[in-house]
Amino acid sequence: MSGDSELRTILGDQVNRLLADRISKGNLEEAEAGASQEKLWQAIEENGLPSVLIPEDKGGVGGGWDEAEVVIRAAGKYQAPVPLVESILAGWLLSLAGLDMPTGMLSIAPVRPDEALSITKDGRVSGTATRVPWGRGVAHLAVFCRCDDAPMIALVPSEAWSVTLEDRNIAAEPRDTLNFDGQALAFAALPDSVDPDRLFAFGALARSSQISGALESVLEQTVQYANDRTQFGQPIGKFQAVQQELARMAGEVAAAGAAVECASRAVDRGGSGAGFEMAVAKIRASEAASIVAGITHQTHGAIGFTYEHSLHFATRRLWSWRAEFGSENYWAEALGRSLASHGGQALWPYLVNR
Amino acid sequence: MHSFRFEPAELPPETAEIRAEVRDFLDKNLSDYPSVMRARSWAGYDAEFSAKVGQAGFLGMTYPKEYGGHGRTAFERYVMLEEMLAAGAPVSAHWIADRQSGPLILEFGTEDLKQRIVPAIAKGEAFFCIGMSEPDSGSDLASIRTKATRTEGGWLINGTKVWTSGAHLVHYMIALVRTNTDVEKKHDGMSQILIDLRETDGITIRPIKNMAGEEHFNECVFQDAFVPDANIIGTEGKGWAQVMAELAFERSGPERYMSSYQLILELLNEVSKDTGPAGARAAGRLVAHLATLRNMSISVAAKLQSGEDPALDGSVVKELGTLFEQSVPVIAHQTFDREPSLEHGDDFAQTLAYVTQAAPSFSLRGGTREIVRGIIARGLGLR
Repeated sequence: MSGDSELRTILGDQVNRLLADRISKGNLEEAEAGASQEKLWQAIEENGLPSVLIPEDKGGVGGGWDEAEVVIRAAGKYQAPVPLVESILAGWLLSLAGLDMPTGMLSIAPVRPDEALSITKDGRVSGTATRVPWGRGVAHLAVFCRCDDAPMIALVPSEAWSVTLEDRNIAAEPRDTLNFDGQALAFAALPDSVDPDRLFAFGALARSSQISGALESVLEQTVQYANDRTQFGQPIGKFQAVQQELARMAGEVAAAGAAVECASRAVDRGGSGAGFEMAVAKIRASEAASIVAGITHQTHGAIGFTYEHSLHFATRRLWSWRAEFGSENYWAEALGRSLASHGGQALWPYLVNR
Repeated sequence: MHSFRFEPAELPPETAEIRAEVRDFLDKNLSDYPSVMRARSWAGYDAEFSAKVGQAGFLGMTYPKEYGGHGRTAFERYVMLEEMLAAGAPVSAHWIADRQSGPLILEFGTEDLKQRIVPAIAKGEAFFCIGMSEPDSGSDLASIRTKATRTEGGWLINGTKVWTSGAHLVHYMIALVRTNTDVEKKHDGMSQILIDLRETDGITIRPIKNMAGEEHFNECVFQDAFVPDANIIGTEGKGWAQVMAELAFERSGPERYMSSYQLILELLNEVSKDTGPAGARAAGRLVAHLATLRNMSISVAAKLQSGEDPALDGSVVKELGTLFEQSVPVIAHQTFDREPSLEHGDDFAQTLAYVTQAAPSFSLRGGTREIVRGIIARGLGLR
């Protein structure tokens, strides 16, 4: 067994402690009502978490995706109501192109595979991006754009866009439409070694990791509830009907976690060559999200269907995240097409030689 | 609560060698084997093939060399297994012996048994079946009634074992029997005993045709069947603990998610002919599950290799693996408008016909889904 890196263990302890301490039901409700969580963000930034993928000599934590995964998973587990995951992705994109990462909340655009932004040779960004996570609340965006045909990464300040639609996903996280027409602060070419078509998959990997974290939290809450809630004179967790469903849930949670961890390590081993593992992670995690959300609500009964109970902070995110950066259908179709072109006999060698 | 984390583990690079050896062996010995036969997966029986597998050094791989083994690692054995399953090789004759009977005898058997039987297992010449279930004892295994009573130099076995795969063909059974009926707890007083099915009087073996018309499992009736003292495996009266440990080891292997592999292969062939979105999605989804299960199973193998107890993780692999194996014929059916046909269809139709009928057994054998979920629920702290 290759074992966890020391950095991963330290980061895991640090981020889980920090988010468990700092995120309350109150924060989550305030954020849903539209209040920016500046204090929480400050604490996250003081701990260097957004720069987990930035090399140490650039002032970052110097982690790989396996280390970032533990932070992103925790962001999902505690449903952090700030753009931590998007800031990690933005910092990573900027560093790919050799650009510096600014402080403050960041996000990325575009986030739909069918949308494109363009940049002129003197750095003027134009175009429209929909469903940009936290678009209205961030100071900067890391933008993927093209200058003629050349793939570029640009650091774009909020002066360069206008928010034309303030939308939200079903967990009330901002997903806004931004219209770009302004000057980038910095921009540089995406190196040839990075396949621009693969950038979308990293967003999918991040959402998969958040899903995995939220699934962990749901499993813990559900087991706790089944042990606490008494009916017919005993905890409902003593009933085999409930036990069987919770065992099913545990299997799904384990599978999603395994798929995500494998993908993160594959990325660290082989960069964008891990397209297969990233697709597998999003397919498996998104599918688990649906099954687990269904079982937890059935187990919690009516109380879990109230706004008062905190279960929905996790389940509404599961239903949102499973669809973002490509649903399981999107990735399964892409994966299936690429595998089918080689026929059935090629599958096994492909699978074991990765 | 158990963590249910499956830490990623990789097969060590030196396993590439054994993988190449097995593929070479399969090229030589199985090249014209039809798809519908490959679909039988580890239920396909061929004693001659098993002897060749033994001669090639692929059985008893992890056993000590002094008992005919090859001193290979658990990872090397894992690779051999998954290559055999991916090819749909007919491995059922030797499967039980190699997987659990050999290791059980090596751990608990007398020196005489080890020397007499284990080398024959490694040669692919001694085949085994498992005598656990009885007509009135399925999931409630501790309620078994088959009795062994003391007699001069050994034991007399009386009772009935059922669903015993391969008993009509193999040489030996390791049976779970009651050696002591005067116990307070029903889990006490059971022992594992080796029975020579071919050389023992008082045994009637009747194949039970399964729903697909095949004869795999049997009813075995014992009437004063004599078994010598030395054939008790392990400690008399401690059979229950031994059986539980044995079952735990058989729950996480590649056979727990590869049973429908041939149909995945044929489905992918269909998709390559007609690349509509539904077929591509079905293929992508199945492969995503397959890849994840393989990673989880290898993670458990790594735990085994490092001496950790993988019982609970193995149950999770079995839970997910059997759900997956059973989803394959359903998805294959729903994706293509094709009628299954065992005798005269093309490879897809024949494989679909076979796997559809085999699938119900996947979540029954080796502990039912309900039992496995009960074990996981215990790991969750619910029981």
